[in-house]
This record gives sequence, C-alpha cells and structure tokens, in this order.
Amino acid sequence: MEFPKNLRYTKDHEWARKDAGKIVVGVSAFAVEQLGDITQVDLPEVGAEVKAGATFGTIESVKSVSDLYAPISGKVLAINEELADKPELVNESCYEKGWMVELAPSGNEYDSLLDVAAYSKLVAEHQ
Amino acid sequence: MSTPETKSLLVQEAPIFVQSTPGRSGASLPALDVPAVDVAALWPAALRRERLPELPEVSEPEVVRHYTRASLWNFHIDKGMYPLGSCTMKYNPKSADAAAAIPGLTMLHPYQPEDQLQGALAMIHELEGYLARIAGFARVTLQPSAGAHGELCGLMLIRAYHEDRGKRRSKVLIPDTAHGTNPASCTVNGFSTVPLATSELGYLTPEAVKAVLDDDVAAIMITNPNTLGLFEERIAEIAELVHGAGGLVYMDGANLNALLGRFRPGDAGVDVMHFNLHKTFATPHGGGGPGSGPVGVGEKLVPFLPIPTVEKRADGSYALDQERPKSIGRLRAFLGNYGVMLRAYAYIRELGGEGLKQATEMAVLNANYLRASLRELLHVPFPDRCMHEVIASDHDLKATGVTTLDIAKRLMDYGFHPPTVYFPLVVHGALMIEPTETETPQTLDCFVAALREIVDDARQSPERVKSAPQSTGLGRLNETLAARKPKLRFGGEE
Repeated sequence: MEFPKNLRYTKDHEWARKDAGKIVVGVSAFAVEQLGDITQVDLPEVGAEVKAGATFGTIESVKSVSDLYAPISGKVLAINEELADKPELVNESCYEKGWMVELAPSGNEYDSLLDVAAYSKLVAEHQ
Repeated sequence: MSTPETKSLLVQEAPIFVQSTPGRSGASLPALDVPAVDVAALWPAALRRERLPELPEVSEPEVVRHYTRASLWNFHIDKGMYPLGSCTMKYNPKSADAAAAIPGLTMLHPYQPEDQLQGALAMIHELEGYLARIAGFARVTLQPSAGAHGELCGLMLIRAYHEDRGKRRSKVLIPDTAHGTNPASCTVNGFSTVPLATSELGYLTPEAVKAVLDDDVAAIMITNPNTLGLFEERIAEIAELVHGAGGLVYMDGANLNALLGRFRPGDAGVDVMHFNLHKTFATPHGGGGPGSGPVGVGEKLVPFLPIPTVEKRADGSYALDQERPKSIGRLRAFLGNYGVMLRAYAYIRELGGEGLKQATEMAVLNANYLRASLRELLHVPFPDRCMHEVIASDHDLKATGVTTLDIAKRLMDYGFHPPTVYFPLVVHGALMIEPTETETPQTLDCFVAALREIVDDARQSPERVKSAPQSTGLGRLNETLAARKPKLRFGGEE
C-alpha cells in the first residue's frame, strides 16, 4: 500500500497536498482498501467553508457510507467534478485522478497533520 | 446433522412485460354508464402523453402464475433462518395476524365519530399502557410510522423541552456503536453530532462522555444493546452525568428484543426511547409494509408529546385530547399504523409478561450459543457475553483472500439468508448475526456446520467460496456496476 511522502494525512484517512498555497484533499489507499468499490462521492459546493475535523462530504461504497473529514479549515476553491460520473477514479487513482476538493486554507492546520511516518504507523496499528 | 436441502425447481421467470401479447386482457370492463368525455377537451396538449404506457397485456392465469413463480424466489422468515443482525428478523405468530384481520377492527374508518371508535381507542390506550410498563415510561405516543420517525419525534421532544426552559442546545452525543440513523435524525432536526469512541471492549464509558459534556449538549443518544450486541452496563451512571449537565438521555430501542422483562430503560434514567413494533412485537420487519415506532417518555417530556393523545375519561370512555399547549403538534395523519398496533397488542396479550421475558431470554441464549460456536471458526472481536446478536469477522481469513462478502454469498448455497455484513463500522469485515428466539438448537447447529464448511473451503478451495452462490436462481451479481450505473427501468427508452 502506497503513502506518498509529499502528502500529509489525518487519522480518518484523508490526505492533503500543498500546491502553490492551495490544499488538495483526497482519501488514502488504506481508506480505499477498507471501503472497497466506491459508488458515489458527495462533495460540497464551490465557495463553501469547511472546518478542520468536520464533515465535508460523504463517500459511499458497496459496503457502507462514510463521512469525509476536512483535514484543514478553509474555503472550497474547486471540486473534482469528474467523480460524479466516475467514482471509480478514487479506486483507480486515489492520489491523482481521485482527488476530491481544493481548499484555500484559512489557518495553518496543515503543519500539524500526520506525516507519512506517523500515518504509516497508525495504519499498521489498524491491521 | 445436515444442512437444509437447497435443490429445488427454480423457474427462470421472465419479467411480466415480455410475456405480453397485444390485445390480450384479464378483465372485461362493463359498458360505460356515464357520458363519455373527450380527453383532449379536458387537458391541454402539453399535459397529454403521446404514447400509451407499455402495460403488459396478459390473462388472469398468466398474472397469477407469474407472481406465484416469482414469489418462489423470495427468501423470508417463513422459509428459513434469516439472521440479519440489527434487524431482528424473528418469527411473527400467525395468531397476531389473525387478530389484526378481524373485520370489526379493520373495517373502521378513522373519520368515524369517537363514540363509534371506542374499541379502537381502548386498544390504543391499553397498548400505550403496556409499552410504558414494559420500558418504564410515564407515557407513550404511538404516532410515529417507523423507527427513524420515532427518532425524529424523540429529538423534537428534546428540542421542545430545552426551548421551553429557555435554552437552545445544539449538540447530541452519539457513540460509534449507535445505529446509523441516529446521526441522520439529529442532522434533520438541526442538531450537530459529537461522536464518542467506545472502549477496547466495545462499551461506552462515563469518562468518554465526561470529556465532551458541556451545557450545549441537548442529549446523548445510546443504542442499547449497542450494535456490537453488548449491553451498555454503565447507562445509569452515564444518564446521571448527562442529567447533571442539564441534558437528556435518548435510548434507541430498536434492540429491545434483548431486554424485555429484564431491563426497563426508564428505570435507568432514560428520558425518551423509540420502540420498533415491527422488530420486537409481531410485525414482519423488512417486508415492505408499514412499521411503527412508538416513543416512550419520562414525566418531564409528557407535556410535549404529539397531539392527539388518547385519554380515558372518568366514565370509562375514551376520547382524543387535542388541547395540549406545549405539544410538538401532529406527526402524521390519524393515530399511527393501526394494523401494526393491533399485532403488537395481540402479541403482548398472548405472551404476557412471563412470555415476553422468556422470548428475550431465548434470543440472548441463542446469540450466545452461536458466539461460543463461532469462536472456534472465525475471529470474534468482542468475546464478552453478548446480548441478542454476535459479531464475527473475516480477520483470520486474510491470507485466503476470502472476505466477509464471500462468506455471506456462500451461506445462501446452504439455504440461509446472509447475516448483516460490514456493519457495525467499528469492526472491519463484520458479520453481524442475530438468530432471535425463533431458531431451534438444531437450526443453529446447521448454520454453524455450514459456516464450518465455508471456513474449511476458504482455506482449502477458496474459489468455491469466492464464486458463490451457485445454487440460487442467479449467481453473484455485479453490485458495483448496479450502484454505479443503475438501470432504473425495464426496456423501453432510456
């Protein structure tokens, strides 16, 4: 299972990537493995405010529906429109084509997110 | 000991639409005895359809045969064990159905005047009393149409209570072992939810509650027994804590089948609870028919109950009380799902207090019998004595590639309905098994024997499990494709 080194992670298995001052968010390979085949992703509207640790959307698989938790607080600049028709992109490419939202951070929570070592340890404890 | 015979003549029944023959009909309509009206004169062109709907043109025997054959594909509690955890798929005695079908009860109309409805009102009033006694509450409303509607009602009562005291509170605490409808009901009611993690052993602790309790907490919502099948032993202590902070205690009573005659939530400090009559009290669950989700409350919530309530007058007659100024109002038309109430009433009267208690004890005994048997076969993450249901998982089969879904599908080949899978979420790959009091030891042994063969196959010939089911009308369906690209109509234009 791959956890890219350039990303930060949450204990709820979202990832965050800093990209020219913006933060891109998705879910980790571990989340995808646990969820199985993803059938729907519900995302917030562009312009919505999200709060670190609070729900920003839901992800549905053949097994269950789970909440998506925002790694940081901020404003939604863009959402991955493609997921509406192709939720399988999250299964196929969770760190690239399966990204979910792009945020304009309102604080500096990014710096306190888990790095790859801390996240890998957390996942190991789950298994 | 052998598993049930599963070979049978399963007809590959085609949809009724393809059995249509133009011009054939199963009914002869009488001649028109009112003046004919030109449809074009009644409706503007924009509202008129251009093509007739493609209804099947079939004879009466074709219709009867089609639905009779199709019904053979159904699986139901009258056909075999249906251990769907969290759903309490128990056998519902036919006597309760018979009682609910008595014409004098079913031919009433709710708009008849009160003096003609005295028998129905008496039944409703008595049933309210029975449920209040069973669960330890001051009063019960029978209006809510099902469990989630009961939750809505309970949360509206909680909001009304706080507002009446001049304080709006915005948060509801919900353990991670609660039913999934609980947070949804809170959101619908404008509350935000605060998740509570349960202990290693699967229980809610006062410490976890204390850590997040403040004066903005409107209530805690506890599913008891929780979705791990465990009884929340510290519920009274937790209720005291929440009350101390001015909050209320809601109990999700969907799992009440594990408690009858042994534990009354009202006695433990629960302020409000919904019942699922269609789980615990003799109405088939999951049959597509109506449910019923009565809500019981302690004294402090009585003024807010929905109107109308059914009251007994001093002269022994019954009347509807609409004059309750603090009421949250009406929740639905009329007084609730009457047929479901009748079955519950008949069931309670037939079993009596001792009988209900015995049903609960047998349900818990059956689940523990399975727990003890399953521990030799599968990973049982919470090995403590359980209540009405037991959780196992596919954890120990990881190396074989066989998953919980494969086990569930393979059970169908042995003639069992699969248990609930992948719930509760706190257990990865959960199989949630609720045998209920219905099953005999022989049936439970067959179920365990089937699981033993499946686990052996998983280790020795996993393909047999992964390709299941083989003996059903259709094999493994592509659930992912069905969810991603649903086809919601048969034939015709897309």
